[in-house]
Amino acid sequence: MSISEHPTTVVNVEVNGRTVRAEVEDRTLLVHLLREHLRLTGTHVGCDTSNCGACTVILDGNAVKSCTVLAVQTQGRSVRTIEGVDGPFDGRSALQEGFRQCHGLQCGYCTPGMVMASTALLDENPDPTEREIREALEGNICRCTGYQMIVESILWAAEHGTAASPVDGVAS
Amino acid sequence: MIPAPFRYVAATSIGETIGALVEFGDEAKIIAGGQSLLPLMRLRLAAPTVLVDLDGLGLRTIRTEPFGDRTELVIDAMTSYRNVAASPIVHDHAPLLARAASLVGDPQVRNRGTLGGGVAHADPASDVSCALLALDARAVVIGPTGRREIAFDDLFTGFWTSSIAADEVLTEVRIPSARGIGWSYQKFTIRSQDWALVAAAVCGGRVALASMATQVIRALGTESALAAGASPADAATAADEGSDPPADLRGSSAYRRHLARVLVADALEEAAAGKSSRR
Repeated sequence: MSISEHPTTVVNVEVNGRTVRAEVEDRTLLVHLLREHLRLTGTHVGCDTSNCGACTVILDGNAVKSCTVLAVQTQGRSVRTIEGVDGPFDGRSALQEGFRQCHGLQCGYCTPGMVMASTALLDENPDPTEREIREALEGNICRCTGYQMIVESILWAAEHGTAASPVDGVAS
Repeated sequence: MIPAPFRYVAATSIGETIGALVEFGDEAKIIAGGQSLLPLMRLRLAAPTVLVDLDGLGLRTIRTEPFGDRTELVIDAMTSYRNVAASPIVHDHAPLLARAASLVGDPQVRNRGTLGGGVAHADPASDVSCALLALDARAVVIGPTGRREIAFDDLFTGFWTSSIAADEVLTEVRIPSARGIGWSYQKFTIRSQDWALVAAAVCGGRVALASMATQVIRALGTESALAAGASPADAATAADEGSDPPADLRGSSAYRRHLARVLVADALEEAAAGKSSRR
């Protein structure tokens, strides 16, 4: 194969509950399918080397780094991005509200990845210890907060997430 | 950064995989979880023009099989680190491997990365390769001429290179049951998600080291000292014998030698003490 050939594949993948069909170059990374083909720009590219976790999405229930998955590898699978997260807190999930209540972000760049990694955590373990939260976030780097308030945000969500309706005085 | 162009082949059988490897030769590369390969391709350190994906082959079971009068743990190559770390069967027969797998990268990497991919990548810092070397495991590979087994002692030949031929595919890892044998895995990193600056694996009298040479190696000086009756503390002073640790921004060779002696001492102590001292 010469370097000028760019093989493509048609990918059918469920993204945030909607089946999408896209013809992509085989070398297209999942994060680029999301951002550039589907215009879902909430998933961020940070380090580009699988270190920072800003690109974290949920693939078939598991948190993955979408910069280190090929779009063609999601054929027939289900992807959830930050755009697919909502909930009873004025449209926000308990985790999103927790980040708001506990000041779990400053610049916000890492936040979509933090929310998706912690969403995967709480889906599996609704009542994590602080240590379990820190271990679940080993793959997500924040350069602003020092992590303490991110951990508090997730603890807040674990505490309030099972409420059938927003907690009094919390939801706007 | 985007990988150089390639053609993606979703293999549906071992035969199809080997066929593609034979047809495309050095141009082809197998992708398992992709957690090491895709970053290399993005950095253009690797640029295969055909990528053969094993995802559709299954190859995800963990089981035990009789081996003579002993039991052997068999783990398929596409089993994720996460599932290796969580498996009760692995905890029962090779807790050292479960522990090592639980420390690979970070949760996202462990969800996607596979035991077989990690082994075949032949990285000298690989947690699971280090553990499997201490466990005296064997890799099963299948190629055009059939199936063969490679002892981990003979598997790695240098930096990112192994004795798996270009037209062979790693399908499973076979581990003699280490149930009841004292073990420990000690990994030193600067940040939690890093590759090991140095790691030490102990299973009974076998001691293996990561990041102390171009490949994972056994600490033969320590092993022979132990066999000759030396105390664990004395045996650990020989941990870096025969090693050739790299020097880089994270640590000098001398520092790695120091870490190897300290980590082996800790590992031997923990292995002797049993599970009670483990967190």
